Amino acid sequence: MVDFMITIDKNLCKGCNICTEFCPRKVYQKSGVLNKKGVHVPGHEDEDKCTQCQLCVMMCPDQAIKVDEKVDEKDEN
Amino acid sequence: MDENRENRFIKYLRKDRLPHIFCAGCGNGIIMNTFFNGMEMAEVDFEKVVMVSGIGCSSRIPGYVKCDSLHTTHGRPISFATGIKLANPENEVVVFTGDGDAAAIGGNHLIHGARRNIDLTVICINNSIYGMTGGQISPTSPKGSYGSTAPYGALETPFDLSELVKSAGATYVARWTTAQPVQLSNAIKKALQNQGFSFIEVISQCPTYFGRKNKMRTPIDMMNWMKEESITKRRAEKLSEEELEGKIIVGEFQNKKEAEFTDKMCQLLESKCTNDKPMATRSAYQGE
Repeated sequence: MVDFMITIDKNLCKGCNICTEFCPRKVYQKSGVLNKKGVHVPGHEDEDKCTQCQLCVMMCPDQAIKVDEKVDEKDEN
Repeated sequence: MDENRENRFIKYLRKDRLPHIFCAGCGNGIIMNTFFNGMEMAEVDFEKVVMVSGIGCSSRIPGYVKCDSLHTTHGRPISFATGIKLANPENEVVVFTGDGDAAAIGGNHLIHGARRNIDLTVICINNSIYGMTGGQISPTSPKGSYGSTAPYGALETPFDLSELVKSAGATYVARWTTAQPVQLSNAIKKALQNQGFSFIEVISQCPTYFGRKNKMRTPIDMMNWMKEESITKRRAEKLSEEELEGKIIVGEFQNKKEAEFTDKMCQLLESKCTNDKPMATRSAYQGE
């Protein structure tokens, strides 16, 4: 079961924030979450706004972002 | 990490080497993604892809990709790639090269590859500066840009690589920036499908050196600059030279069909070496 759509691999992210700037729906925000290298990994609280255009997957230079198909709760039951 | 929790391009990469060595926000990662995307669209067999690179930041890309790769001497990737292609024309040879590699030290190899029209795909990552060695001015640095060897701004006129390769005889030439990944993937798809010398110039960001010396400190600033300054070829044709100063002309510069070098070579060998022997010249790996 997929309960969240967007996954950011914290170990691969280098904190360039290209995703926060170039997401057309502004799903990503800068955040204070640090990974073990001391990099600020962006947050993705506004996941509902995501249209799965997959632009962030292509624009992430570190291959850290994965966008899954949204699983409808009705279909699950 | 679970397989289906990963980015869709990770399956092409050597996982044990990640994260790669590129700086935060470097355009090389985006170009890797767009290349895999274009390769999927062109339906190229990943097993047949051979990546060749010279020296530089961009030339470290083949080291991270799970395919046959060759890291060669400075400026000579196209010469090595010519050898690979002629030894086995079944291979899909892709050359990753930087602007210093292709235009400065290897300029001669670049124009002669284009002149021969051999079936290679050359992806030239143009970050307008020598990124690996400390931010020296390269042959493609824009006029007036700063570098560690040009503290008062570059005086020379930069190379227009796409026009250079087009006039040298390449059959597919396109230029895009990393801020336009969809168009770039389509260009890479066309270049892989094209039978002949395909050249793609990608204007990329180097926030560490070019950005820092030219008052664009973050990769976002650099990508916004590229987005604002890029202008399509069709629109650029209507503008005067003064209006085009400092602009990045993007688009498809050449797309034509012409006889290809490995085909010509194979035909020559077939016509000259047909004394009832099996055709051993076409590929050393085919057997029989």
